Order: sequence, then C-alpha cells, then structure tokens
Amino acid sequence: MNLRITSNFISQISIFWMVVIFLLTVAMSQAQLLDAISDIGAEVAKQAGVLTPEQAKSVKKAGKALDKTFDSITPEQEYYIGRTVGAVIVNKYRPYDNEAENRYLNDLGQTLAQFSDKPETFGGYHFLLLDSNEINAFSAPSGLIFISRGMVNCCKNEDALAAVLAHEIGHVEHQHGLQAIKNSRLTTAFTVLATEGAKNLGGRDMAQLTEAFEGSINDITSTMMNSGYSRGCEREADKSAVKIMQRAGYEPNGLVSMLLEMKKQLKPGGLDFAKTHPSPDSRIEDITEWIGTYQPVKTPVKRQARFLKETGKNQ
Amino acid sequence: MKRHICIFTGALLLAISTNAADMMSVQVKTTAVRDTPSFIGKAIATLSYGDRIEVSETQGVWARVKTPGGATGWTHTSALTTERIVLKSGRQTAQTRASSDELALAGKGFNSDVEAEFKKSHRNMDFTWIDKMEKIKIPSCEMESFLQEGGVTPQKGGAR
Repeated sequence: MNLRITSNFISQISIFWMVVIFLLTVAMSQAQLLDAISDIGAEVAKQAGVLTPEQAKSVKKAGKALDKTFDSITPEQEYYIGRTVGAVIVNKYRPYDNEAENRYLNDLGQTLAQFSDKPETFGGYHFLLLDSNEINAFSAPSGLIFISRGMVNCCKNEDALAAVLAHEIGHVEHQHGLQAIKNSRLTTAFTVLATEGAKNLGGRDMAQLTEAFEGSINDITSTMMNSGYSRGCEREADKSAVKIMQRAGYEPNGLVSMLLEMKKQLKPGGLDFAKTHPSPDSRIEDITEWIGTYQPVKTPVKRQARFLKETGKNQ
Repeated sequence: MKRHICIFTGALLLAISTNAADMMSVQVKTTAVRDTPSFIGKAIATLSYGDRIEVSETQGVWARVKTPGGATGWTHTSALTTERIVLKSGRQTAQTRASSDELALAGKGFNSDVEAEFKKSHRNMDFTWIDKMEKIKIPSCEMESFLQEGGVTPQKGGAR
C-alpha cells in the first residue's frame, strides 16, 4: 500500500516536471529563457530583501539591454540609421544630378542586389552618383549606396562597375555599418526602450535616444570615411561581390580589372580609398585565390556600348 | 507512467509541429508575392510591413505564403520574420500583451520621431536627396530587360 502511494507520488512529480519542461519548450526561445533566468534572479534577490523593488526592476531592465548588440536592431531601425548616414554623405559630397546616369546605376545596382543573400531590406537598395573626382564609394545601412564619379572612372566596363556596386551591397548584406556602432550606444538605446513600458517616450528619454542615435551615426560615418572597415570586413564584401557577380552572370574578373585601374589612379596619402581600404594588391591577392588567375574581362559589344553611353564616356 | 510519457511525447510533437507552422510577419516596407520562387516571377500581390502571412513550405530562400487576402505565391525569406510586428496604430494592443521578445513593436527605437529630433538639432542636414533616391525603384520587368539587353545570363537559380 505504502509502495503504491510512493509510486503514485513519484508519478505525479514526474508529470509536474514534464508539464514544466513542456511549457518552457513551447513558450520560450533560448534568449527568452535567459531573460527569464535574469528576471528570476532579480526576483529572488528582491524577495530575500537584498534588492529593493526598484533596484530589482532596474537589474531586469539592464540585463535585457546589455545582452543586445547590433543584431538586435530591427530592419526598420536600420533603415532610419541608414537614411541619416546617407544624409551625412550627401551633405559632404554633392550628388551628381543626372537622371539618366542615376537610372542606369540603379538598373545595374538594384538588379545585382536581387542576387545577394539579402535582397530585401526595409526600404530596398537605392544608388546615387556623387559629383566628386575622389575614388570613393559608401554604403549606408539598409541599402543606400553612393558612388563617386571618380570611382566610375576606375571602371572600364560594366562588369567592373558591377563589381564596385556588388562590393557595397556586400557591406549592406553583412551589416558592416551597424557593426561599427559602439555597444555603449546600443546599451543606452535599449535601456531607454526597456523603460518605455506603458507610456510613450517622454522628453528626457527621447533626448537620450536621439543622443544614442546621433552617436551611432557618428560611429558609422567616421569608420566609413576616416578609419575604414577592418580588413576582414573588406574581404567579406569582396567575397560577396564575387558571389553576386557569378550568380547574376557578370565576369568576376571585373573586380580585379577595377582594382588594377584603381591602383594606377590612387594617389598615395589620398583621403579616399587610399585611406580607408586595404591596398588593391592585397585585395587582388585574395580575390584571385577565389576565382583563379586574372583573365582580362571580355565584355559583349552591346554591353560595352551601353556602359560607355550611360556613363557619359563616349561623349 | 507509460501512458503519461506517451501523452507528454504527443504533446511535445504537437508543440514542435505547431512551431514549424508557420505564421510569419513582413519586416520590410513592401514586398511582392510572386507566382514562382524567383525575382523574375510575376508579382501577383503586394505585402506591407507587419502583414501576417501563413507559410506552407519553403524552397531554399523562398517561402510559399498565403496572404491575408487569400492569395498564394512566393516571397523571399529575407522579407519575413517569425516575430509578430504590431504597428504603431495598434500600440495599445501591443502593450496589453506580454512583453515578449517575439512581439516587435513597429516604430520602436530609432524611428521617424528620432529622425525628426535629429533634424531639429542639425538644421543644415538636407534629406532631399535621400528622399529622392529612395523613389528610384526598378520594376522587375525592367531588370529582366536590362540583363537581356546587356547579354547578361544569370546562373540557373541565380536570382535568390
């Protein structure tokens, strides 16, 4: 009899734990589980009198904010960051106001973007020429991409121009811009957001959030324009460029031909790609490892005619 | 005891299959639903940010979806998220639900309000060209003829 009661008791405990595990499996992803554990920790400390209710609340909030990094930024937020990064760029460099040439750039760029691993961003990919002889190209988060006319002059065919655009699409795909944001900014932003709760953001919170936003924009633009991305990021973008071009049907040697031309044109000590990118030689070394020995690009006659016409080179 | 284990296993399998099915949200401003799993597929419907869709199968990076309007077709998975997105107008609804990470509040964080605040303190920062470039949208038929006219032949299955 006693044995039967014990057996029933064990059985009931087993069911209890099965139900608990089941509910946890259904209800929580791993990240949520971690959140819950941090919440429980804070709750236990509150119950034990170690923390006041206010302190416990703030521990919970901080825990949630701190475990978030750039990949917690939603596509919508990435889009707003990208818009302002773009605004900084077009306020520093004058856009080239030529509808036909910008249309051609978008025909090429938006088509290439469809062949990337991230063809869909919140606001889509859009391209704009900058009226500058500097050899430069920038990509803002979420897909706003800027190419200087100096950079277009390094391209002798459409395949080479496709390579430049595909490299910039690669930066967007890998979110290199967002990775330049200091974690402290995001911690501030996510802490403010964790307090949002039942109310709309008040003046102080809004000011803090805007400050974190402004800081994020500075982090990205100064990396992009002054220090440059890491060699690893550039290699990643080149690798994406090769992949995109191969999928789309462009000749990946276009990337090498563009770099060879850039090597001729870059001025040592210049403030453009000379400053922010690894040397063309080191990039070529990596690229030829992936695609084999460089073969000059054989571009079809009609593609070359279009390229010369649309970039104003045959005038 | 064996009976309990059976019930538990059954319930767990049900939970897993429920999770694999399949409601997702659109996480980009707009995206097309196409008749084939390819960007050159004909667009048969348009989905907007926050739309909930039912995913019945995936083929590589393409998901077969049923739109709120009942149309079925293919959408690229980079436009979708498993999170439920609650639009700003539904903010009240969002707040009464659990503050789960699965619930993404649209317009939260860096948004148009923050951009407006930023503009106030940077009055010389001109967004005209940003708005202008965002309006340049190449339709997929133009992309197709662009490739064709340039003699560019995508790899089979190349368009993701």
